[in-house]
Amino acid sequence: MINFKNNELLRFTTAGSVDDGKSTLIGRLLYDSKSIFEDQLEAVKKSSEYKGLDYVDLSLLTDGLKAEREQSITIDVAYRYFSTPKRKFIIADTPGHIQYTRNMVTGASTANLAVILVDARHGVVEQTCRHSLIASLLKINHIVLCINKMDLVNYDKEVYEKIVSDFKSFASKLEVKDINFIPISALLGDNVVDRSENMEWYEGSTLLYLLENVHIASDNNHIDCRFPVQYVIRPQSDLNHDYRGYAGRIAGGIFKPGDEVMVLPSGFSSKIKSIDTYDGPVEEAFAPMSVTITLEDDLDISRGDMLVRPHNQPEVSQDVEVIMCWLNNNPLNPSSKYILSHTSKDVKAIIKEINYKIDINTLHRIEDDKNIRMNDIARMKLRTTQPLFYDSYGRNRNTGSLILIDEATKVTVAAGMII
Amino acid sequence: MENYNLNYLKDLESESIFVIREVAAQFDRPGLLFSGGKDSIILTHLAMKAFHPAKIPFPLIHIDTGHNFPETLVYRDNLINKLGVKLIVGYVQESIDKGRVKEETGYNASRNMLQTVTLLDTLDEYKIEAAMGGARRDEEKARAKERFFSHRDEFGQWDPKNQRPELWNLFNGKKNPGEHFRVFPISNWTEMDVWNYIYMEKIEMPVLYFTHKRECIRRNGTILAHSEYLNLRESEKPEILQVRFRTIGDMTCTGAVISEANSLEDIIKEVSVSRQTERGTRADDKRSDTAMEDRKKEGYF
Repeated sequence: MINFKNNELLRFTTAGSVDDGKSTLIGRLLYDSKSIFEDQLEAVKKSSEYKGLDYVDLSLLTDGLKAEREQSITIDVAYRYFSTPKRKFIIADTPGHIQYTRNMVTGASTANLAVILVDARHGVVEQTCRHSLIASLLKINHIVLCINKMDLVNYDKEVYEKIVSDFKSFASKLEVKDINFIPISALLGDNVVDRSENMEWYEGSTLLYLLENVHIASDNNHIDCRFPVQYVIRPQSDLNHDYRGYAGRIAGGIFKPGDEVMVLPSGFSSKIKSIDTYDGPVEEAFAPMSVTITLEDDLDISRGDMLVRPHNQPEVSQDVEVIMCWLNNNPLNPSSKYILSHTSKDVKAIIKEINYKIDINTLHRIEDDKNIRMNDIARMKLRTTQPLFYDSYGRNRNTGSLILIDEATKVTVAAGMII
Repeated sequence: MENYNLNYLKDLESESIFVIREVAAQFDRPGLLFSGGKDSIILTHLAMKAFHPAKIPFPLIHIDTGHNFPETLVYRDNLINKLGVKLIVGYVQESIDKGRVKEETGYNASRNMLQTVTLLDTLDEYKIEAAMGGARRDEEKARAKERFFSHRDEFGQWDPKNQRPELWNLFNGKKNPGEHFRVFPISNWTEMDVWNYIYMEKIEMPVLYFTHKRECIRRNGTILAHSEYLNLRESEKPEILQVRFRTIGDMTCTGAVISEANSLEDIIKEVSVSRQTERGTRADDKRSDTAMEDRKKEGYF
């Protein structure tokens, strides 16, 4: 009766332009997978009637804050949940407009997969390219391009094929491993959960089938052992007087008791004595497990240090090159110092050089304007007060990502992916 | 090749433990808001796991409306004993006595709204920099856009339109003097996940969640437990019903459901076929369409 033993978690993000039917699609997924409760549906029915609609507007299910409903737009990332007997899903629902690039970056940062919507009547537009580019920059391995509103183009195969071929020629510039295309009608439910009877010519899977079956096991790095120390556990009770455990979440690789490890930045070596959890010691630990590691030797290790394997070390440097997305209303101030957060470590950083900005619609480099404002994406060099232990973002999201924090306001102002 | 994949409950557990440890690492004075409901119970359970074999390194904070189910207090005190952690209690009655808030009157009088003041005063008194809560994003639409680390200004208020971006697993807990954080480690859990986890972990739950006979009142489609704190209309007659609670809060606004479920298996079966959200039984949410959003802005849980 209770089947959770083998269920996996899939995190995906959805993007589309304002009228592509994104909210309707999410409403449809929630509705058809029976994740909507009666009282929620009742409320949506009432609102639809009140607005004089002759159908139930499923997009109202994902309506969030008062301010958003007043303007009929989505401002912020909203998280939605549904599950099927095969998987649990977390949707990061992000607004599509250009001024919300930062929200899409936020939603994409934790996603395994991106669902990008295209209106079949309009085909691949600027926003489609931008959304795909962001997914590619954030190293989302799987993109599903949903060609929506097929009902409005008479379920025409040729319309679908033209869009697929347009997108493929654009996507050749991107670094995405796995791209899928599905013709759907979110409003009527074609190929979302149930197969469409209106598009016999389409032989691929439905959106839900794809979400349930896409292979995500290899999305985590299980090769390079990285363990950022998050917190030191010292019970100091009679029973565990000498216990000193390093708590954290595995950022990459597979750790086992007996493994030789090196501590950064000190460079000291030791062996793993045990990998502890409340439920008892484990024989191996891999991302994204939260565990507590004890070592054979008594070393001085604290938060911000990293355990790695002596023969597979990350980059150790005070100079990093990043692709940075600016998230704040206040533009980048090149002469300002920022707090930089990376794994469990905080350091100070200055901007050494801005190489170029990236035109988010065409991928072209902009070299003559180096003023970095909100939603801009740029390549730049940073210099930090202490060395960071990092990998390229493409190799490991956990050790290749960083944020910048304004020293005065303490607000997160930028998100960076290390090259 | 071996399967290096976690099942989803372990994945959620690992994420929550990471967030709880991050709070302990980033703040000098954190605390955990404990209501006696299932969400704060699993949050406490996760905190226990996060610091094992050490004790939970921060206090539990209970905002006591004075209208508690007696069962909740028994459960709370047993848990505190078992874990050996410090308990801080903020009393709404004290806020009333001090004139900080005014008791509502009338048939729907509730201390739910008053709690916010007591909560903020308590956080202030103990200089709590980060208060963890068991709120989940699937509970209510105003919570769907909440961050894990949710910044509050010096008045304890939430500004939904101006939230800090939160990327990857990099949580920014930096703040200026007077400001504080609310942290929601189980943001990504659903009600079903919580029950499945309770089942998987064999966590002992308060008896209120299981079926029992109780004197109740039916009001506006909700079944409320009859108690001395409830003002009855003339037409309202207490009746004995076979009920259980899906959420547990203040006695005056927590609705019961008719149920025969007397085991975790029964509850999971019931929740999985339920066609009503759990907050459907909460009178405090029904006051208006944006009741939760409005309360959250003021500094509510």
